[in-house]
Parts: sequence; C-alpha cells; structure tokens
Amino acid sequence: MRIYRLIPILALLLIASVKVDAQCKAFAKKVCLPELGSYTHDGNYHAAVLVEGEEAELYKTFYSDMDYRVAICGEDKLPNIEFRIMDSNKNVLYSNKDNNYSRTWDFKLQSSQQLKLVVKVTSFNQAGDTPASGCVSIMFGFKIKK
Amino acid sequence: MNRNHEISSGLLMVVLLFTISVIGCTSGGKKAPKEDLSVQVPTDNTAVYEDIKQAEKIFNALPSPLESAMLIKSAGARFDESLLNNVGNVNKYVTNKSMALNLGIYTCDLSFASLYEQTQLIIDYMNAAKKMADGLGILKAIEQSTIDRLEENINNSEVIMEIVSETFMNSSSYLEDNGQPAIAAMTLVGGWFEGLYISTQLVDMKEFNGNKLVGRIIDQKLSIDILLSLLESSKGDPAVDEIIAQVSKLKIVFDKIKITTSPVRPEFDQATNITVLKSEVKTDMTPEVFLELAATVGEIRNSFVK
Repeated sequence: MRIYRLIPILALLLIASVKVDAQCKAFAKKVCLPELGSYTHDGNYHAAVLVEGEEAELYKTFYSDMDYRVAICGEDKLPNIEFRIMDSNKNVLYSNKDNNYSRTWDFKLQSSQQLKLVVKVTSFNQAGDTPASGCVSIMFGFKIKK
Repeated sequence: MNRNHEISSGLLMVVLLFTISVIGCTSGGKKAPKEDLSVQVPTDNTAVYEDIKQAEKIFNALPSPLESAMLIKSAGARFDESLLNNVGNVNKYVTNKSMALNLGIYTCDLSFASLYEQTQLIIDYMNAAKKMADGLGILKAIEQSTIDRLEENINNSEVIMEIVSETFMNSSSYLEDNGQPAIAAMTLVGGWFEGLYISTQLVDMKEFNGNKLVGRIIDQKLSIDILLSLLESSKGDPAVDEIIAQVSKLKIVFDKIKITTSPVRPEFDQATNITVLKSEVKTDMTPEVFLELAATVGEIRNSFVK
C-alpha cells in the first residue's frame, strides 16, 4: 500500500514540469518576442530549461532575400547566455561573446545556407552552490529584403 | 497481497515511465541521442551534424508556415486559390495525424492568403486552422477573440501577420509543453509540405531556367535532413513512421539535386548594423528532376489532405 503514497508525489512532479514549461512560454512571449523589434516573428517556438554550463543546438536553413534577427534570451537568474553561429564547415560566423553577450544579431545571406546555433549558459563560477537553472528561448524574426 | 503488490508495482512503473517521458519531452528540445543518428545526410551537410552528440538539447527548426509562405511571395509568385486545401475539407480530418498535418497546411494557406491580402480567405482559413487546433485539444491557441481581432484588422497586413505568428506559436508551444512533440512535428511537416506543394505547382516550365521560385524549391533540400531529424525524434509513433517513409522517398529525389557552396565570409555593414554572410552557390536541377520532385511532393501532400 505504501507504494500508492508515491503516486501523488509523482503526479506533483509531472504537474511541476508542465508548469515550468508553461512559464518558459510566458517568458519567451514577454521577454524574448519584444527583442525582435520590427522583424516579423516566424511563429516557431524554441525554449528549454537549461542549467549553468549546459548547451543547446539548433539547426535551421536561412534563405537569401530575407533579413533575419535572432534573439536568444535567458531568465535573469541565469548567468550570461553565450551563442555562436556556425556554417557547415564549423567556421564561427558570429559569437555574441565578442559583443558583450548581446541578445540579438541581425544578418542576411547572399545565398541560402543551413546554419547551426550553439547556445551555452555560462557559469557563475561559485563552487559549492546549486547551479542556477532557468528558461532559455531562441526566436527568429524576418523581413523580406527591399 | 502479493497480487496487490504486483498490481501496485505495475501501476507505479506506468506512472514513473509516464512521468519520466513527459518530463523528458516537455523541455522544448530533444536530448541528444546517445548513438549516431540513423538519418543519412548528404555530404554537404554532414559536417553540420557531425558533432550533434555534444549538446544537451537539440532543436530542429523547419521553416514555419508563415516563413514558407513568405518565401513564395518573395520569389514573385502569383496567388492561386485553387492550390490551397479547400476549407470544406475540415470535417474529413478526425485523427490526430490528419488534424496535425492540416493545422500546418491550413496555417500555411492562411499565411499565403494574408500575404496576398485575400480578406475573406483569411477569415475562412483562420476558422479552418481553429477547427484543427480545437480538435487536437489545443487550449487557447485560437480563441474567438482572435478571430474578432482579425476581422477588425482585416486590411492591416502587419497586424494579420502578427496574429498568424502568435496563433502558430500558441499551438506549437502548447504541444511541446504538454508532451506532444510528435503532433508538434507533424504540424510543422504539414506546413512545410504545403509551402513546397504550392511552390512546385506555381512554376511555369516555359520559364524554368533562372526562375527564382525554382531556386527556392532547391533551397528546401537544405531542410530535408532537419525534417527527418525532427521526425526521427518521435520515431515509433505509427503516424510519424508513415510520414518518415514518405519523406525518405522525397529525399531520394532531393538527393539528385547538387548544391555546392563556397566558404561563408561574414561582412559587417556598419551603415545598417547588419552582417552579410557572403558565399557563392552553384546548383544543378534538370527539368526532369524538377518534374519528379513536383510529382512526389504532390502525391505526399494529397495523401495529407484527402
């Protein structure tokens, strides 16, 4: 019978995980979406809870004749979010580390390319502390080139 | 007593497995697989996928239905209502698979109609997308207030695009956050196929060479592996497995197209604050391959809307 006592705990865990992700959606909409400014959001949703030191990767094709803005945002409780954009030869085309961990980057392409985004939550470097975790959201906006 | 214990252990296992799977799935991305992806990638994209195992989360980002429609318009294509999935078909879609695919298809059609300012069609396609979202149990994706807002702003293309983008994000985030990545993936697949179908149907074979729309269709080869990876993450779901088989057939045709790209050189334009990624690309698609591609896309898309 004791085993049944665990079920509410597991159910709570389940509800908590869904709630955390719902918070990620709210964070993405409230904080990251405005970062796209005059660019039209493509409507796709990419968000996850990441812990200090964790990385996420995103693969996407970008097209010529479009202007793009990528916005990558982390919750305030997280340290800086670093992101790099690479081509198919692993050449780093942009790193926000060289730009004071800027949340956005505007770019366009002469020819369509599949690019890879690597997003990393940096570390507070405080040994012994519980690593911080929080939502990280990646959003794309575009404009047709005039 | 023993029997009770067995039942309760079984129940606990089910709850545990369910909890673990949901926690694993609702993080908005996918854990990197522990072994090599089974997707065959062409040589030009192999390098991108080579170190896929390093990240904690992987996002495979297909063009959204709005982006697909935008690509067609930017290629200078005309609007042709007869190419869209008829809104009269909505009642035919009763399975999760057909509703998910057609949520993406109708959202792409809606975006297409919006970009060409087809006011009555915008309302009709938003209602069709709403019907699919409601059928999938997606709460608050498209509410009546959204339709009312759309009607009030029917001549304001900027607001309409915002609404289309917002409703699609509501649907995809709901599905991701509620442990339904397979449905979310099928929605994206539906939208991607609809964009590709409309594009292939709009190509005038008399103006094949140098046709901008043909260039856009060739570009979709760059997304076919992303599409397969997205579906592979829900492999085992019978509906997804069927689509993987169809997409694999399409990949065989795409593999007949050659794309060669020179190294990318980023150049920052101080006047606009925009970085230009410069590179030259050479592509090679014969009219015969194009016709084969158009036929395969048409066959798959028609199986989605039937």
